[in-house]
Amino acid sequence: MAARTLSLTPPRRRLAADSRLALLLRSPVALLSALVLIFLLLVAIIGAPLLQDLANTQNLRLRFFRPFSLERGWAYVLGADALGRPMLAQLIVGARTSFLVAGATVALAATIGTTLGMVSGYIGGVVDAALMRISDIIVTVPSLLLALSVLFVLEPSILNLILVLAVARLPIYLRVSRAQTLEIRERVFVEASRALGKGTSSILWRDIRPLVVPTVMTVAMLEIASVMLAAAGLSFLGVGLQRPDVDWGTIVSEGREYLTRAWWATVFPGLAILVTALAANLLSNWMRASGDPLQAAAMGVTASREEAARP
Amino acid sequence: MAADTKVAVTSVLKVEKLTKHFGQVTALNAIDFEVAEGEILAVVGESGSGKSTLARTILRLLDASSGRILYRGKDLLGLTAAEMRATRRHIQMIFQDPYASLHPRRTVFELVSEPWRVHSSVAPRREWPQRVAALLEQVGLPQAYASLYPARLSGGERQRVAIARALALRPDLLILDEPVSALDVSIQAQVIKLLMTLQQEIGFTSIFISHDLALVRLIADKVIVMNRGRIVEQGPTQAIFANPRDDYTRLLLASSPELVGETATKEQEA
Ligand SMILES: Nc1ncnc2c1ncn2[C@@H]1O[C@H](COP(=O)(O)OP(=O)(O)O)[C@@H](O)[C@H]1O
Ligand SMILES: [Mg+2]
Repeated sequence: MAARTLSLTPPRRRLAADSRLALLLRSPVALLSALVLIFLLLVAIIGAPLLQDLANTQNLRLRFFRPFSLERGWAYVLGADALGRPMLAQLIVGARTSFLVAGATVALAATIGTTLGMVSGYIGGVVDAALMRISDIIVTVPSLLLALSVLFVLEPSILNLILVLAVARLPIYLRVSRAQTLEIRERVFVEASRALGKGTSSILWRDIRPLVVPTVMTVAMLEIASVMLAAAGLSFLGVGLQRPDVDWGTIVSEGREYLTRAWWATVFPGLAILVTALAANLLSNWMRASGDPLQAAAMGVTASREEAARP
Repeated sequence: MAADTKVAVTSVLKVEKLTKHFGQVTALNAIDFEVAEGEILAVVGESGSGKSTLARTILRLLDASSGRILYRGKDLLGLTAAEMRATRRHIQMIFQDPYASLHPRRTVFELVSEPWRVHSSVAPRREWPQRVAALLEQVGLPQAYASLYPARLSGGERQRVAIARALALRPDLLILDEPVSALDVSIQAQVIKLLMTLQQEIGFTSIFISHDLALVRLIADKVIVMNRGRIVEQGPTQAIFANPRDDYTRLLLASSPELVGETATKEQEA
């Protein structure tokens, strides 16, 4: 055997994470997006419990207090709404709900959708046909309409909002993971696993899942943006959350009534939604590009060279 | 190694009238053969003649259309899925392309110990490190390779990992589907030599699929010649090579120009 020089590098799992991070540091847009998201998330997690009371403090003397003035303290720097509640504090409290709804919806839909998609793609047959028909039906009904009708009947709570949005977003994960599974299923290492005596569940969990998850993660990041917009849309239409639960969508929808008198009550929460959605979108794009071996090669990574090396 | 020197030979695998259709195509047409204990049975034939299909059907990776596959007297086609999975412990396969047969996200250690995860009675977890070390040694790979991913290995090294994985279960019957044809010519001889050494040490029975007739002549006890899903000729290696009775076999031998020279060089190497 040709003498191979063997550098004792750590296992590639860490190598991949390291070089992915290094790559992120070299991509200013992706880095900025990630920082924005982390910042908003931290503010939501740390700030919301502290500002809960302040956000609900009404002060009619401060109705439509104008933004960009520190005269009333930093909580009022973005102005106040029709009941004199500080905008900044409300936005921070709303951030927690918005992130909670988007995060939980995406996590739920991704977990269930991916599991069903892998099973569907691997087993095929009747199970596959049935799941795909159900998925078709969900896709055909516009998700906003579906959510609208369900929430109209059910009580609009955070839990119901999450459940209904998760059902509406399920097909995306189902399709993505099914398509990937159909391709992976045919690869020889899966046949080799069967030849070892592995059963279906072990093949799905240990062979197929690790290759499907990265793609699903990319989709999930993109979905954070869509779900946040969908949740805001529902709140805007009045079937989303009701006080005392408040998310960015609720704030926009309340502010809308006074748009001409107090633009800040609508524009700031709107901007928060926009910035978050944009950051999630850009990050997802970057994830897709850096996860794709061909594009990654163009970007100068060697992290996924095992796929790149495959015939 | 020759089967005819043994007095009482037990049949490890006996295939009867095995047939496999892919839609209109008959990939296997009433295949009949038998492999005795410790024997190396070579399956030769041009590309597309059904050799891989035969291997996959025996392991029930493909569903047979009809026939019987008797492994030590037990018809594999009659087993339930769970019984078949358990039986695979005794029948292992090495695939043609080591670039495709190893999971890309698994280290060599994980790859080689994977069989014990499936058949947990074979080796308790605390023995895995020593056992993997022993297997790597047996297939001639440095211990440091245990933490590497297949992407870092050459084709020959990957096939050694696949061999170690197959041997982890100490199989009774090993099916090798053109185990070196995807490798560099310069590596092929080393891997074959390794396989032959292991066969002598461990004594597994094997079905060796190949289109390298020079090699087959060197290592096989018996030969099956396949053409378009049929066995056109079978018999002891010497007899087939010395006196091919079927036209197709003669064609195959004639179209292997390197046969004479190759055999000589390989014999020197071995
Ligand atoms: N999964 C499959 N579906 C349809 N036809 C197949 C499949 N696998 C093999 N075949 C066909 O069966 C025949 C035998 O193929 P194979 O067993 O791979 O031949 P070999 O290994 O001898 O080259 C070929 O005609 C091939 O096209
Ligand atoms: Mg083949």
